[in-house]
Amino acid sequence: MVELQHTPLFELHGELGAKMVEFAGYSMPVQYPLGVMKEHLHCRAEAGLFDVSHMGQVVLRGADAAARLESLLPQDVIGLKEGRQRYGFFTNDDGGIEDDLMFANRGDHMLLVVNAACKDADVQRLKAGLEPDVSVELLVDRALLALQGPEAAAALAALNPEVAEMRFMDVLTVDLAGAECWVSRSGYTGEDGYEISVPSEAAEVLARALLSDERVEPIGLGARDSLRLEAGLCLYGHDIDDATTPVEAALTWGIQKVRRAGGDREGNFPGAPVVLGELAKGAARKRVGLAPEGRAPMREGVELFASEEGGEAVGRVTSGAFGPTLGRPMAMGYVPADLSAEGTTLYGDVRGKRLPVTVAKLPFVAANFKR
Amino acid sequence: MKFTEEHEWIREEDGVYVVGITEHASEQLGDVVFVELPEEGMEVTKDEDICVIESVKAASDILAPLDGEIVEVNQAIVDDPGKVNEDPLGDAWFFKMKVTDLSPMDDYMDEAAYKKFIG
Repeated sequence: MVELQHTPLFELHGELGAKMVEFAGYSMPVQYPLGVMKEHLHCRAEAGLFDVSHMGQVVLRGADAAARLESLLPQDVIGLKEGRQRYGFFTNDDGGIEDDLMFANRGDHMLLVVNAACKDADVQRLKAGLEPDVSVELLVDRALLALQGPEAAAALAALNPEVAEMRFMDVLTVDLAGAECWVSRSGYTGEDGYEISVPSEAAEVLARALLSDERVEPIGLGARDSLRLEAGLCLYGHDIDDATTPVEAALTWGIQKVRRAGGDREGNFPGAPVVLGELAKGAARKRVGLAPEGRAPMREGVELFASEEGGEAVGRVTSGAFGPTLGRPMAMGYVPADLSAEGTTLYGDVRGKRLPVTVAKLPFVAANFKR
Repeated sequence: MKFTEEHEWIREEDGVYVVGITEHASEQLGDVVFVELPEEGMEVTKDEDICVIESVKAASDILAPLDGEIVEVNQAIVDDPGKVNEDPLGDAWFFKMKVTDLSPMDDYMDEAAYKKFIG
C-alpha cells in the first residue's frame, strides 16, 4: 500500500476529532464531530474553514507567461489584470477537459491552483508547453486553506482588515497571523469567502487563529461536496473529465469572447476546432441540474431514461446528494440536448425503479459573492 | 433486546417484534436523509433486504432479522429521517413484525456481546 501524504494540518485534524479518508493520495478530513449536515449548514449560516492543501499550487515565471499559458487553455489570460483571478480549464485535442483550475495574475508571476489528482499531469503539461521560456514550479512548501461563508469576511478581517476591501476574484498578498499569505476572494461553496495560500510552517497557527473565532467551524470534504453541488459547481473526474467538452459541460461562460470565433485571439488552444464548432452549433449532450421529485437521492452513476418504462438510457447522473440547505435531493448529469430544457421530466433508475426527476436550473442555492 | 451483526436491534413488545438500527450504526451512517420502509402485511424472509436507508454518505439496506409478517411501519422516520440519528433505539424504530420462527434469536447477541462486537 502506498503511504498517504499528509497536509501541514494533519495533526490538527486529529486533535479536532476529524474522520480521515484517502483522497487523491492524501489523508484528508471527510467530517469533524459536528457531522456533514451541520457542517454544511454552519458554512451557509456563519463561516467554515477547509483544509485544501492537497491541491496543487503552481507558479509560472517568464516574460510571456500569460501569452504562453493561453496556448494550453481557452481562457483570456493576457487580458487578466494584475491582482485578479479567473476560472479556466486545460483542454485536450478532442476538446475534452484535462483539469479545471484557477489562475491569478500576481504581477511578476502567475499563480495556478489545480486539482490534487491532476497536479502531476498538469505540471508535465505546463513544462512541455511552456519551458524553457517560462519556468514552472509546483510549490511544495505552502498549504491552502479556504474560509467560506457569510461571516468569512468579518472573521478574516479580524486578522487583517485589508481583506475586507477585496472583491470577488481579487488576489492580494497580506500578513495573516505573522505569515505572508496570498489571499483570493473566491471558493467552492457558492458563499463569499477566501482561499488562502500560507507557508506550510505557519498553516497551523493561522488555522488555530481562525478557529478561535466562534463564528468559524472546521468543515470536511463531505460538506465541501454538498456545498459545491448546491452551488452547481463541477467536480473534476465526476461532472467533467477528459471526455467532456466545455460546451457539453455548460462551461461556455468560462470562455471569453477574445478566444472565440471572431475574437482577436481566436482558437489556438488544444481542441479548438471541436470547442469552437460546438460553440457555434451546440453539443449533442449537456450537463444539467436534476431535481429528483421524491426524497430518494439519485447518486453518481444513476442512469437516466426518457420514459418510465422501456427504452435505452439517455443519460447519467455524475454527482448526486441530499442538499442540506435545499432540504431535498439534488443532482447533476448529462442528458441529450433535446431533453435538456428546464422542466423536462426524466426518470432515474434507483435500485431498479424508475423515479421521476426534473431538469432544474443551476445553481440550486443562489451564490452569495461580494462582486 | 437482541442485536444482529448487521447492527439491527430486536425487541419483543406485546407479542410482536420491533426492529431498528443501533446507535453505532446511526453514527457510522452519518446524517440520515431518506428511509424507505416495506409495506404493512408483507411476508418477509430472514436476511431479505426490506428497507433502504440513505445518509449524506451512502445508501444501505436493512435486512429482515427473522421470518414473519410486517404488521406496522414507522411513517415518522420516512417523514423526518433525521429522527434515526436522534433516537435510534427509541422513537426511530423501523418496523414491527409477527415472527414465525424465533430460533435465530438464540444466535443474536445480547447488549454486552454487541458492545464487544463493535469494539
